Amino acid sequence: MKLTEEQVRYVAGLANLKLTAEEIRRFSSDLGEILAYMDKLNELDTRAVEPMAQVLYEAEETATWRADQERAVIGAEAALANAPLSGAGFFKVPKVIER
Amino acid sequence: MEIASLTIDQIREGLAGRRFSAFELATEALRFAQEENPKTNAYLRFCPERALAAARRVDEALARGADPGPLAGVPVAVKDVIVTKGVRTTCGSRLLAQYVPPYDATAVIRLEQAGGVILGKANCDEFAMGSSNENSAFGPVRNPAAPDRVPGGSSGGSAAAVAQGAAVVALGSDTGGSVRQPASFCGVVGVTPTYGRVSRYGLVAFASSLDHIGQFGRTVRDAARLLQVVAGRDEMDSTSAFAPVPDYLALADGRVRGMKLGLPREYFQGLASETGDLIARGVEVLKGLGCEVREISLPHTPYAIACYYIICTAEASSNLARYDGARYTTRSASSETLSDMYRNTRGEGFGAECKRRIMLGAYVLSSGYYDAYYLKAQKVRTLIAQDFSEAFREVDALVTPVSPFPAFKLGEKLEDPLEMYLSDIYTITGDLAGIPCLSVPCGRTAAGLPVGMQILTRHFDEAGMFRLAEAFERAGGCEG
Repeated sequence: MKLTEEQVRYVAGLANLKLTAEEIRRFSSDLGEILAYMDKLNELDTRAVEPMAQVLYEAEETATWRADQERAVIGAEAALANAPLSGAGFFKVPKVIER
Repeated sequence: MEIASLTIDQIREGLAGRRFSAFELATEALRFAQEENPKTNAYLRFCPERALAAARRVDEALARGADPGPLAGVPVAVKDVIVTKGVRTTCGSRLLAQYVPPYDATAVIRLEQAGGVILGKANCDEFAMGSSNENSAFGPVRNPAAPDRVPGGSSGGSAAAVAQGAAVVALGSDTGGSVRQPASFCGVVGVTPTYGRVSRYGLVAFASSLDHIGQFGRTVRDAARLLQVVAGRDEMDSTSAFAPVPDYLALADGRVRGMKLGLPREYFQGLASETGDLIARGVEVLKGLGCEVREISLPHTPYAIACYYIICTAEASSNLARYDGARYTTRSASSETLSDMYRNTRGEGFGAECKRRIMLGAYVLSSGYYDAYYLKAQKVRTLIAQDFSEAFREVDALVTPVSPFPAFKLGEKLEDPLEMYLSDIYTITGDLAGIPCLSVPCGRTAAGLPVGMQILTRHFDEAGMFRLAEAFERAGGCEG
């Protein structure tokens, strides 16, 4: 099984990934092969099975609740220290709205 | 002091008897690790200032007559997916090559509070995705037992550092076997505790329903001591468990007579023959210790890989969406528009395996496919977890191989991603079920390659797992 290059480009768009032509060719066979393998799950009848939405949680549902109180946080300066571009206390990104 | 084979017990005695100071030990450990590193590339960087400061705190506590903590002076390697304040944390990715975290992971805080001395950050597959450590953007790690072979992955640097004596213990992370498989390939002990046993605050997320922080040591006791310190509820991680943390060392008392062990028959098919022989010898040793061994079945094992790679890629595609070029150090030079910034930063920054998994994850979550893949996999995950619950009604622990074969050659499986995924067969089931599991050394092949034996127990029964593994190790492993 292969994904078509068009399908690969569609998924790359969903994932916001720019791929090279070579990567698109490679993924159309790689992903196709892996997805074909995953079809193995269809051998199992799971109509009566609940999906595992919670791995393991034995405490009461409210156990992790806490008072909504202000706490010390790392602060804007530290948070912005790793920004590729920042200014005036904000992350700066390319302009989105044209004047 | 024989730096490469030190145990925590020896460090405690050495410090208590004033044979060396924590500062002297840290200096010597750093020197040795830095000198040995070119052989393996186990460490991506060292943090000598932080290490020596931690060692000085231990010496000051000792001088005051205060308790310096259970890990006092112990040299530790920390996988580079666990954040360290002020010390670069790259996740093995070009995207984060310059990322300096503004905070420490809870596990890091706890191990330093216990007197641990972090020497540096250990190499790993990019964002912990891989089974060979070949997906690191900063070069592969070589197996200390055989330099032409992989150390396993994704925590290959942590395992190699401990195996070569460049750390006494190490933190890694395990999502589908990333601690146990490299432990097995390098001949050290690797622990994946119960899901939620160790806080993941500060562990860079890969697949949140599967990620664990795990522990490496050259002995079961050392790995148990490290878990002891980092385990327990943490307010900063709402998925961390409230269950009390027992005294693992006190419970590893050698009393394994009458313990009921299950050998899942699905785990003994398709093994390399030497691996199978070594595990069989290990099982004989356990019988000799008075354990009752019986064959059992985990019937959904053949579906585990498909199930795992759907769930982990789906979660990875969501978790890795945050690397968008806006916040984490790297932005593509071609970022004329916001959309270009996202697409180009990610396209240029992620390595091949990360892209493959993001693509798979985006595909299985995409409109029209969600039920067929993701929901189906979540249901199969329930069945796999039920297999274990049923087995643990009959037996106290399961004993299996860790990997179908010992360490493979660098490059051997790199071109065939599905083949690489299939090698995770015996380790991913424990993660899917959320149960504790470990790899303990079980001899070497004729070519000298280490083989690990896996022990799996009930949720939160790390103590039973350590007791069995420690008794096995004390009996001499599979040579016993």
